[in-house]
Amino acid sequence: MSTNSYLDMELLRFTTAGSVDDGKSTLIGRLLYDSKSIFEDQMEAVRATSERKGLDHVDLSLLTDGLRDEREQGITIDVAYRYFATPKRKFIIADTPGHIQYTRNMVTGASTANLALILIDARKGVIEQTKRHSYIASLLQIPHLIVCVNKMDLVDYNEERFHEIVREYEEFAAKLDVADIRFIPISALHGDNVVDRSEKMEWFQGSTLLYTLETIHIGSDQNHIDARFPVQTVIRPHTDEHHDYRGYAGRVAGGIFRAGDNIVVLPSGFKSKIKSINLLGEELTQAFPPMSISMTLEDDIDVSRGDMIVRENSQPRTSQDLEVMLCWLNERPMTVGAKYVLRQTTNESRVVVKSVVYKMDINSLTRNEEEKDAKMNEIVKVHLRSTKPIILDSYRRNRQTGSVILIDETTNETVAAGMIV
Amino acid sequence: MSSYLLTHLKELEAESMYVIREVFAQFENPAILFSGGKDSIVLTHLAKKAFWPAKIPFPLVHIDTGHNFPETMAYRDQLVKELGVKLVVGSVQDSISKGRVREESGKNATRNALQITTLLDTVEANKYDAAMGGARRDEEKARAKERFFSHRDDFGQWDPKNQRPELWNIFNGRKSMGEHFRVFPISNWTEMDVWQYILQENIEIPSLYKSHMRDVIWRDDSWLPVSDFITIRPEEEVVNKQIRFRTLGDITITGGVESDADTVEKIIEEVASSRNTERGMRSDDKRSETAMEDRKKQGYF
Repeated sequence: MSTNSYLDMELLRFTTAGSVDDGKSTLIGRLLYDSKSIFEDQMEAVRATSERKGLDHVDLSLLTDGLRDEREQGITIDVAYRYFATPKRKFIIADTPGHIQYTRNMVTGASTANLALILIDARKGVIEQTKRHSYIASLLQIPHLIVCVNKMDLVDYNEERFHEIVREYEEFAAKLDVADIRFIPISALHGDNVVDRSEKMEWFQGSTLLYTLETIHIGSDQNHIDARFPVQTVIRPHTDEHHDYRGYAGRVAGGIFRAGDNIVVLPSGFKSKIKSINLLGEELTQAFPPMSISMTLEDDIDVSRGDMIVRENSQPRTSQDLEVMLCWLNERPMTVGAKYVLRQTTNESRVVVKSVVYKMDINSLTRNEEEKDAKMNEIVKVHLRSTKPIILDSYRRNRQTGSVILIDETTNETVAAGMIV
Repeated sequence: MSSYLLTHLKELEAESMYVIREVFAQFENPAILFSGGKDSIVLTHLAKKAFWPAKIPFPLVHIDTGHNFPETMAYRDQLVKELGVKLVVGSVQDSISKGRVREESGKNATRNALQITTLLDTVEANKYDAAMGGARRDEEKARAKERFFSHRDDFGQWDPKNQRPELWNIFNGRKSMGEHFRVFPISNWTEMDVWQYILQENIEIPSLYKSHMRDVIWRDDSWLPVSDFITIRPEEEVVNKQIRFRTLGDITITGGVESDADTVEKIIEEVASSRNTERGMRSDDKRSETAMEDRKKQGYF
């Protein structure tokens, strides 16, 4: 990889979900190995372990098995992050286990991903787990889905079998909210259609998995319409040189800000104009997501952490009542009437659970309106009431400003992930 | 590339700056763990960017094993002066003298494990509630599951099975008395990213990373620098070689590689064609397959 090409690569974050035996670890191992992201000493360790286990091939899945408990039990129990790069893109994989009791991990991995890889065993077709993964990808609004029909070698690379599974999946996916779904027949074990084109499946006209990952259009994944700037902190240098500098530091969460724009600070409603946008001494003409910058305003108004600077012509709602899809992450269940700390962007408030609208059965994708609690790994739609007004964007419109977490005040644990409806 | 898409280095930079600002906003007394290695140098550069034109609002904390490369110390002192930040040194030698830890003996003795006690003592003595480090998830498999905000109990320990879920970019730094956090703002960077960023931002690095002539011995599959802190065994021969270091740590365990890469551009080419991981030269990681995980559970960086 040459020095220069590396300086204008893009970043793609994707998530994989799968169970012990559908070949997910082998697929990731294959991507890392075939894209030459594996170092000799790592490969040596894997070779030695494969031999010790009495395997007749190098088990690529060992490349991604992290913690000792997992290696002993042969399962993945937490989200693990992997990295590889090709000359076109750098990839961050959030690798998550697929069992139902790990829904919380899938949600965690999906929260930062622009793309999800769904694995289907060609022998088994669409199973409950496939639906669960796809539902979570849809719930978390991952813009792109790639369905890999794996283990094609075990069905004699049969074209008809592949199309059968595609039809089965499309029928079910009609209920989902994902714009971009693609299908690729692969064999992770033998490497067919992962990095290199399969010679055994010449009937397949589409791209290989790696080529798809490298070229899929991600430029429209961010919201570039509604300008949102949650203030993290205020920078006041108090030096002679920058005596009057008062910069609002944060990360752009939506839209495009330009010097001279008319803005409103929420919740106060104060209006001003952007004077400058700065990044280490550099003055920028514009800022867009996910840039971290600081901005100065024309007027000396009161702005602090938790406030949001927005453009005057595209303002969010403000309300104390929120409707939220929650994924419960903690062993202690949620009950109606319980109070939690809600954190959204850089803002914090206290909320009470007013009511449960329904619980989602993520295997059958049906709604249960009878049950009024939420246990770990369950997904519920709830009404929350906040002690102060919250600045609201729907999660569908903005994944940054539309997402929340709930914190248990007694244990300080993060107990739920929420998406504003 | 579309005009509203950042390059991956710019996106990583933005993410790290965001994390560093969250640390400043959520904690009362945070610090940067500064080793003098390239990762902590990049972390410090990002902190500078995050608060410009104000000074970095954190002290740099150096856990000093006493077995230093003189070049690292000179670099550290110069940087502290330039940035105008406070330097806090936690000394492993002090911990040994006070009887807090006992020096390892035997032929593979190092002070690496002893750093854990000194680090935890330094965090406690200065009441730091968040210690930022330059660890990256790609370094070692036990780190692949580390959070940005990593919660440590009263004893400074990491429990990999009981970490807080981390979603979107919402970080939960709430804690009880006595607990603290380790925060890793460059979690998502790889070795290659770090080098490319050093090039892009024109960041000065210690000369040890660049190719130079040095007296070394061949030990544990790498060229170990000759210093006052190691005992040369009868079968070992001192040779003068053109080498460079891929990581910087305790001089007694940091092995070099033969290299003629004397510029950042050449280092990048070398890293790109390298067939071994950077930590492959570190004898502390070779002790067992789970060496890093075991040290982390006890409170290692």
